[in-house]
Amino acid sequence: MKKNGLLGLGFVLPYMKKYRPEIAGLVLASAVGGLIDIGVPLFQRYAIDRFVTAGSLRTLPVFIVIYLAAILAAAGLNYIGCVWGMKVEVCLDRDLRDAAFNHLQTLSFSYFNQNSVGYIHARIMSDTQRIGELLSWTMLNGVWQLCYVVGSVAAMFVIRPSLAWLVTAILPVAAMLYAVFQKKLFTLNREIREQNARITGDFNEGIMGARTIKTLVVEDKLSGHFAEGTETMRRRSVAAARVHGLFAVTMSFASSLALSLLLWRGGVIAKEQIGTFSMFMSYAQGLMEPLRWVVDAVVSFITTNINIERLRKLMETRSDVVDSDAVLERYGDSFSPKRENWEPLHGDIEFRDVSFRYPDGEELVLEHFDLSIPFGTNLAIVGETGAGKSTLANLICRFYEPTEGVMLVDGRDARERSQLWLRSGIACVLQTPHLFSGSIRDNLLYGNPDATDDDIRRALELVSAAELVDRLPEGLDTDVGEGGDLLSTGEKQLLSFARAILAEPRILILDEATASVDTLTEQRIQSAIDRIIRGRTSIVIAHRLSTIRNADRILVVRGGKIVEQGKHDELMRAGGVYCRLYTRQYEDEATSAALDR
Amino acid sequence: MDTNTTRKSKNALLWRFLRGSKALFLVSMLASALSALCDMLSPQIVRVAIDNALGGAAPTELPVWAVALVERLGGFRWLGEHIWILAAAVLAVALVRAAAQYGYRVSNTAASERLLKTARDSLFSHIERLPYAWHMRHRTGDIIQRCTSDLDTLKSFISQQLTEILRIVILLVLSIVFMAGMNGRLTLIALSPVPVIVAYSFFFYRKIGAAFLDCDENEGVLSAMAQENLAGVRVVRAFGRERHERDRFEEQNRYYTGLWMKLARPMATFWSVGDVLSGTQILLTVCFGAAFCVRGDMLVGEYIAFLSYCALMTWPVRMLGRMISEMSKAGVSIERIAAIMDAEEERDDGAKKTPDLSGDIEFDRVSFSYDSDQEVLRDVSFTVKGGTTLGILGGTGSGKSTLMLLLGKLYPLGEGCGSIRIGGVDIRDIDTAYLRRSIAMVLQEPFLFSRTIRENIAMGEASDDEASVRAASRVACLEETADAFPAGFDTAVGERGVTLSGGQKQRVAIARALMRAAPVMVFDDSLSAVDTETDAHIRAGLAERFRGSTVILISHRITTLRQADNIIVLDRGRIAETGTHDELRRAGGLYQRICEIQEEA
Repeated sequence: MKKNGLLGLGFVLPYMKKYRPEIAGLVLASAVGGLIDIGVPLFQRYAIDRFVTAGSLRTLPVFIVIYLAAILAAAGLNYIGCVWGMKVEVCLDRDLRDAAFNHLQTLSFSYFNQNSVGYIHARIMSDTQRIGELLSWTMLNGVWQLCYVVGSVAAMFVIRPSLAWLVTAILPVAAMLYAVFQKKLFTLNREIREQNARITGDFNEGIMGARTIKTLVVEDKLSGHFAEGTETMRRRSVAAARVHGLFAVTMSFASSLALSLLLWRGGVIAKEQIGTFSMFMSYAQGLMEPLRWVVDAVVSFITTNINIERLRKLMETRSDVVDSDAVLERYGDSFSPKRENWEPLHGDIEFRDVSFRYPDGEELVLEHFDLSIPFGTNLAIVGETGAGKSTLANLICRFYEPTEGVMLVDGRDARERSQLWLRSGIACVLQTPHLFSGSIRDNLLYGNPDATDDDIRRALELVSAAELVDRLPEGLDTDVGEGGDLLSTGEKQLLSFARAILAEPRILILDEATASVDTLTEQRIQSAIDRIIRGRTSIVIAHRLSTIRNADRILVVRGGKIVEQGKHDELMRAGGVYCRLYTRQYEDEATSAALDR
Repeated sequence: MDTNTTRKSKNALLWRFLRGSKALFLVSMLASALSALCDMLSPQIVRVAIDNALGGAAPTELPVWAVALVERLGGFRWLGEHIWILAAAVLAVALVRAAAQYGYRVSNTAASERLLKTARDSLFSHIERLPYAWHMRHRTGDIIQRCTSDLDTLKSFISQQLTEILRIVILLVLSIVFMAGMNGRLTLIALSPVPVIVAYSFFFYRKIGAAFLDCDENEGVLSAMAQENLAGVRVVRAFGRERHERDRFEEQNRYYTGLWMKLARPMATFWSVGDVLSGTQILLTVCFGAAFCVRGDMLVGEYIAFLSYCALMTWPVRMLGRMISEMSKAGVSIERIAAIMDAEEERDDGAKKTPDLSGDIEFDRVSFSYDSDQEVLRDVSFTVKGGTTLGILGGTGSGKSTLMLLLGKLYPLGEGCGSIRIGGVDIRDIDTAYLRRSIAMVLQEPFLFSRTIRENIAMGEASDDEASVRAASRVACLEETADAFPAGFDTAVGERGVTLSGGQKQRVAIARALMRAAPVMVFDDSLSAVDTETDAHIRAGLAERFRGSTVILISHRITTLRQADNIIVLDRGRIAETGTHDELRRAGGLYQRICEIQEEA
């Protein structure tokens, strides 16, 4: 805690450095602005004492000029505060977001497996926003109002200490009350937000599950459940409104109390010094609102600490898979690779006495595992869903490092070269196709930004996706929507095949690439697979077994471990797990094929 | 569409949502008026204190009743000697005001939350009762958005904009009344900047609205970009495109930030011009008020009261323009919600029959198409004898699932498209809820609710007693799996609990169907993700438990189908073959081919 300074702000300090002049200016402008605001009751005092009581308007022109000057000065300071506040807020926000996003690009899979997308997303988008807001608007307001409160208290004491006591005695009590209310409201509001999210979830379920709900005839039951949720929401909101109402009422009552005390004790002076009396009246009534803002700001500084802490934790997380300094020196990092120093990747892979355990797992999933995959090998990995078939692929891509032993690439320990060097020679097609928003061309060029339209054409034809693209209104320039959602899963998968081919990989990994597509697309993809694995090292993690009969080597995985390996014929003769899996799948596939012909 | 009717339907909708909250809104308005009245009173007390009680001026401009009251107490001079009475009056007014303010806040929230609840509940139960075809036509995301953000807009329109505007107007009117009671000319002068301030903020927010929207949209783009990057982290890493991702994100981040930066100056100008305008309003009152006092047209207490009213007005007046300009947003939202509420619910037109459904199921010349051009089913006729099992074999798009949707009336069968009868009664005449309750249907892709396994299994039932949940789970081969979870049957599934595999989900769905002793059971390819041994196990259990039920099995597996008393083969919406397993396996058609494929393996 100590090393992060007050309220964890130490972590944000380096980011604030860049905006030091603006932040300093902001604080100064708010301070001066707050002090000018103190002047308004003083002007009224002057008007009453010098014009009304004295019965002369002699100094009125000067008064107007000075008053106007004060108004303009306050407005000008407000202008500056607004512009700089905006700048500090959005820029700080932007820098923190960039930093968090960039840092995330360097983290390894174990981080992403342990934290949900929603959780990480909130770190990038909302934590940064809260911090930016705190250090701009909250600070602006806090300083402005604090200066007003302190300044007006000072003014009152200077002018008439006996009356000043009456007004200021209420302040600490009020401030404490606000703080208590704030804390209570903070909890209540969080509960309301949670309940609101639950209601949205219920809406989602009621719509997504329409078919099941209708066949089960549970519309009434669900509506009843839903109404319970909205009732909880209503009750919580009203409860919060009670606290909030009490809070507001306390505040305005405090003002009236000050006024009443003033009238009771100070009424007598109204006879002679009506101007001073009026000034005190303005302060008594006008102090509570600024005081509330000051307390608000203090509370924000405390609560935003959570956001700062969470962001700090993210930024301090280190990747499990890191390139050594020597490697970085020679090969460069992911953001600035030194491609000129890269030797070409041939495509031999060898596991030598590798043992592996997932960082969040307890059991070793590979134990003293040896396997040689010379360039050009077609390796297949099969097994039930969830059997741990992706482990080898994860290791080959260096998404994880072996717990013990070494993986060799082209005869050298993989750790002797950078991750980016290795991955530049590998292309993957995953079970769930993932495209990025943008055009089809943008997506296809993802693995190889230099490919020409002719290259694209060839790749599309190779995977029988050319027709698909031609059918689209704008061809390669068609927008695929967020996450590629304007296309069907099958279409997305065909495109991710083309994307992989365009990267011209020496090593190709197909991770259950046909598991989530319809039968027709699957057939098209299957016929393409034979063509595209030629002349590469390929690792095919298979959901369907019919196409891997010709693989050079088949590994059968069960319960995370390799239980059989060999060629198709050998494994069939052995009559083990593979034989059973194959028989059942063959049946299913052949049946679908015959039915859908 | 006729604008007149939509306006009518929009109003009707608002009125409907306001059911149960109108009285509360009325209370909140009254409380707000009372609170504003109190706001007006305390400067008057101070004024009396300064001018009459302490200053000794004749109470010429005070209401008769007030003067009479003071005279009865002992006169203004006496009041000046007992100033604590006025201080107590200030406090008393403050107490009333506090109560009114509290009442306003609480009743306004109570009213708007009641409104929100009514709207949400009616939307939800309406959506649940909309026909299945409607659900198929609309995207989930769009409906959700209407139910959440559009509804929020509607709520803040009523609870914030309408009531706030009304509150500000009440405050303004009362201020005018009280100020005019003291000095008409100064009132005109003090209020002259008000229309300017309101108009200025109204036009500013109307103009800047588009820019705000642009910012919001670009924040959405940026947020989606982060989301995509995180969800696609494997692709990013596998292709080594971290740098590209960083550049893309930075570019959008910069662009988005730039949009706000562009807004900084107009916003700052708006605020400072607003400051100058309200400052000028006070300055005008200060100077002219002083001049009137000097000329003897006004007393100093009145002058101070005027200044108090001006200070009271400043913020509400500055908010007013914004409130009015934001009201226009609500119209679109109401329309989008009305589009859902105007859709017609599923109806049983005179379909009230609740016959015994254990009889024969007859499909008689059934034809069906989702949209008019392509027929999914063409002239399909077959009969399932009560208590027997029918097997259906068919490829993708053969229409087999459509048959089951028609049987459950999820899609109504049009007139002249044939008929479906159970025990001789046309299902068009059977009460829909009764019909669906009598058909236990297990779908190919089961939907589980994010609740516990137990609640999912007992979803359609009134009770979830241990014995029947366990019995159903045993037949569905789910008991051991469930017991192995940390909290057993009370383990939550989905988002807030464990993730089930496809096979496990199917087994939960089967157990759910088994909870109901239904006369008709439909299994739509519902064992596809379960391995062969478990499949056989479940089927054996089913056969034993549901001896009397009529069963329809849709499957690809011959071993599953062969136990059926009768089998039909569907091909592109037509019946290609029909017969028993023994007949079909030699018939030389599709069924035989499939048999050969599966037997060979």
